[in-house]
Amino acid sequence: MTKINDAARQVGRIILGKERQIRLALACLIARGHLLIEDVPGVGKTTLAHALAASLGLAFQRIQFTSDLLPADVLGVAVYSADTAQFKFHPGPIFSQVVLADEVNRATPKAQSALLEAMEEHQVTIEGETRKLPEPFFVIATQNPSRQIGTFPLPESQLDRFLMRIELGYPDATAERALLRGDDRRDLLHQLKPCMQPAELMALQREAQQVHTSEALLDYVQALVNHTRNSAGFSSGLSPRAALALVHAARAWALLDARSHAVPEDVQAVLPGVVSHRLPAPGDGANSGAAARLLAAVAIP
Amino acid sequence: MTKSATAVPAAAISLRNTVWITVTLALIAAPHAERLPLWLTGLAAAFCGWRLYIARMRLGLPSRWLMVGIVGAGALAILLQYRTLFGRDAGVALLVLMISLKLMETRTQRDGMVLAFIGYFLVITNFFYSQSIPTALYLLACVWLITATMMGLQYRRPPADTRSQLRTAAVMLVQCVPLMLAFFVLFPRVQGPLWGMPSDAFAGTTGMSDTMSPGTLNKLVYSEDVAFRATFTGGVPPQNRLYWRGPVLMDFDGRTWSTTPRAVRNQIEHDRRASPVRYTVTVEPHNRRWLFALDMPGLIPPRANLTIDQQLLSQTPITSRLRYDMESYLDYSVGAAGNPAPARMLALPRGFNPQTRELGLQLREQHGGDNEAIMSAALNLLREQKFVYTLEPPLLGAHAVDDFLFRTRAGFCEHFASAFVVLMRSAGVPSRVVTGYLGGEYNTLGEYLIVRQSDAHAWAEVWLPNRGWVRVDPTNSVSPARAEGGLAAALPEGAVLPRGLLPATPLFHQLQLTLDSLANAWNQTVLGYNFETQRALLTRAGLDDTSWRNLAIILIAATGVITLLIALITLRSRTGNRDYALEAYRQFCEKAARAGIARRETEGPLDFAKRLAAARPAQASAIDAITQRYVALRYKKYNKNKYLKQLRMHVRQLAL
Repeated sequence: MTKINDAARQVGRIILGKERQIRLALACLIARGHLLIEDVPGVGKTTLAHALAASLGLAFQRIQFTSDLLPADVLGVAVYSADTAQFKFHPGPIFSQVVLADEVNRATPKAQSALLEAMEEHQVTIEGETRKLPEPFFVIATQNPSRQIGTFPLPESQLDRFLMRIELGYPDATAERALLRGDDRRDLLHQLKPCMQPAELMALQREAQQVHTSEALLDYVQALVNHTRNSAGFSSGLSPRAALALVHAARAWALLDARSHAVPEDVQAVLPGVVSHRLPAPGDGANSGAAARLLAAVAIP
Repeated sequence: MTKSATAVPAAAISLRNTVWITVTLALIAAPHAERLPLWLTGLAAAFCGWRLYIARMRLGLPSRWLMVGIVGAGALAILLQYRTLFGRDAGVALLVLMISLKLMETRTQRDGMVLAFIGYFLVITNFFYSQSIPTALYLLACVWLITATMMGLQYRRPPADTRSQLRTAAVMLVQCVPLMLAFFVLFPRVQGPLWGMPSDAFAGTTGMSDTMSPGTLNKLVYSEDVAFRATFTGGVPPQNRLYWRGPVLMDFDGRTWSTTPRAVRNQIEHDRRASPVRYTVTVEPHNRRWLFALDMPGLIPPRANLTIDQQLLSQTPITSRLRYDMESYLDYSVGAAGNPAPARMLALPRGFNPQTRELGLQLREQHGGDNEAIMSAALNLLREQKFVYTLEPPLLGAHAVDDFLFRTRAGFCEHFASAFVVLMRSAGVPSRVVTGYLGGEYNTLGEYLIVRQSDAHAWAEVWLPNRGWVRVDPTNSVSPARAEGGLAAALPEGAVLPRGLLPATPLFHQLQLTLDSLANAWNQTVLGYNFETQRALLTRAGLDDTSWRNLAIILIAATGVITLLIALITLRSRTGNRDYALEAYRQFCEKAARAGIARRETEGPLDFAKRLAAARPAQASAIDAITQRYVALRYKKYNKNKYLKQLRMHVRQLAL
């Protein structure tokens, strides 16, 4: 417990003024979910992914998605080896514990789906052979706002695969000043020491599953979900998978607070991250308003 | 309790439950202590103490043979004490003895249960002696305790805690109230005297007796017991006309007046002039047959007779509170119709009170045969010779009337009545003693008259040839205040007053009257609910056939319906998922809202606590305690029972 908080603090020294987002990212990781970071370039998305992986002692790979990226570039490829006269599989960058899929919406749907299937199954099948991905397996995808030129927006079904979507946002003035004054972030990244072992992280993941969600809490979750389904303010409701995601994320958040039981505050804390990418906005554009509206509309039973 | 080898040994009774059952039984039996012989009270108390000591020190119970010995000795002692093992007093004594002995062989939880059930029976025995409101309340508390004891015996692991034990028992009793009411209203009543009441149940009741000797009445004066209560339909007649006619005494043996009630004539013998006074009398049980009515009764209540002496007699001894309607003619004139059987009304024992007889003969000589003149002369004599009215008359010798008239000249109403009648008879005027009550206290709260034993009085009746029997109250000539203002007013200043007559503070007196009016209402409605009132009530409710059979069927049906309703309500509230924690938390939120910090509906408890604590830093710890327990109760997997209690307590105590 203290170790994960150490990790959070350590990441916080690199990404300044974003404690909440870091915590959400950790909660997402502990809940075995994948994280989608959506924001304009240059706010530290990649750095965050880096710092998380380094602090948790996880192997890290980065895939820059471009419009000409092919699935093999993600998954890996079998190459004929003249020495052994056999095809030898060269694992792609997906075979890593933390995979940063940078600017995932710049790639074509074909490449995107290669990634997303791996996320769902925690395994990839290449040339008839199924290969397991390492554990823990955590994808952090970044996405440019869809209004930017040259993007292939992820379809809703694929957005659903991400447990959370967060926005980093611009740093506030003090944080930015510290950033400007301080050392180069890249140097700092290399100095990071792992705060915990992957096995410990997996233990935490198991522990999060044991966090108690009482009937009263589930009542609240269902009330929230039902509201999106029945209220006129939402064009389509949240799926059962979304509800499940909410519960998992709330458990992880409670665990980060060192509690053995989830409370409504946990649900409220994770709700914007969990639901905003699953609630299609009536118009275009960012949807964080929907989560706030939802929270304001549903009483805690 | 034979145990086969394979039987699971019964669970031993715990120290906690032993204390509960012992203390509860002791409390139930406590009112009997004043009636039981001292040795038995002591013995029972000793057994209770011994049993507790054994439980505390984890010792073994005494051997069975010792117990058998004590049972035999105890039963024998009771037999010697009461000369019987049956009847009310001996039966209760035996029951108390046996229960205290049963305590000594209570090993298992099951034995405890048996004792608890006997405890309920022991509760009932108290009603043989008193059915007043305080008794009922006390025994209700006892029933509560014994039920709580049974709750404790139900739980073994973990042991019940006292609060929840008492709480559950109270809930159960409250749930029983509808059933109790149904049984009270519908259970077939037995006509006649209290059914099953042991025959000795009314021994030792204070009240009028059918004899009168010096000291009989002034013993009664010290009793504050209520003799009867009367409710008047019109106004209440003035105090000095409230002569409640009781036993008429006509046989004198020189010291004691006595009577055997004379023939029943069932004839109202006075002419009914003026309008009668109408009232209802509720007489307390006195185990005798006479009924009280104002002079002269103008009506014969059902199941009662009127003797030739115009005395009302019930056909059976009055062993339960009896209510009857009466009317009386205060301005009566018997006329010459009722022949007095003069010989008996003139009889005096030979060899007693020679001086008085001498005086009587003198009076007769002076006034010739004029009975009325003799009577006034005698009354004048009493008035002029400075007789003293006192509760503590000097002792009288063998010639009691002589001593009183010529030496001590101080006495109570019975002395005056007795001496006056002896004097009249000596002068050849037929006369007799009438005992009863004079006056009474009007309770303005309940609008009825209370007549207590301390209102007991004796007066005389004299036969005048043309007017018939005329009431003469010799006490009145000596101390007119007795009739006007009651006993307290009649006694000379500085006299030691009986406890009941001590001048009470107005507030205390008012309280007494209030309590008596409550007791009266209780008597009339609850205890007075008998066969007749039951039938009247049910007939009014549209039920014509009030036979046993019919009532039993209705009672069973009502029991079924009530049980079903209670079950439904209970089950409903259970499946309705009443969240007590949430209820308590809402109270907390309301408190906060009243203090100006309302919780938003969408605000989680922890957030709210933070906000509230920031606004009320002094209460931060209490707020934290409430929130922690609420969150635990509502969101934690495992909870402690005490959390809810603590939550409620903190919410109650919180002042924002």
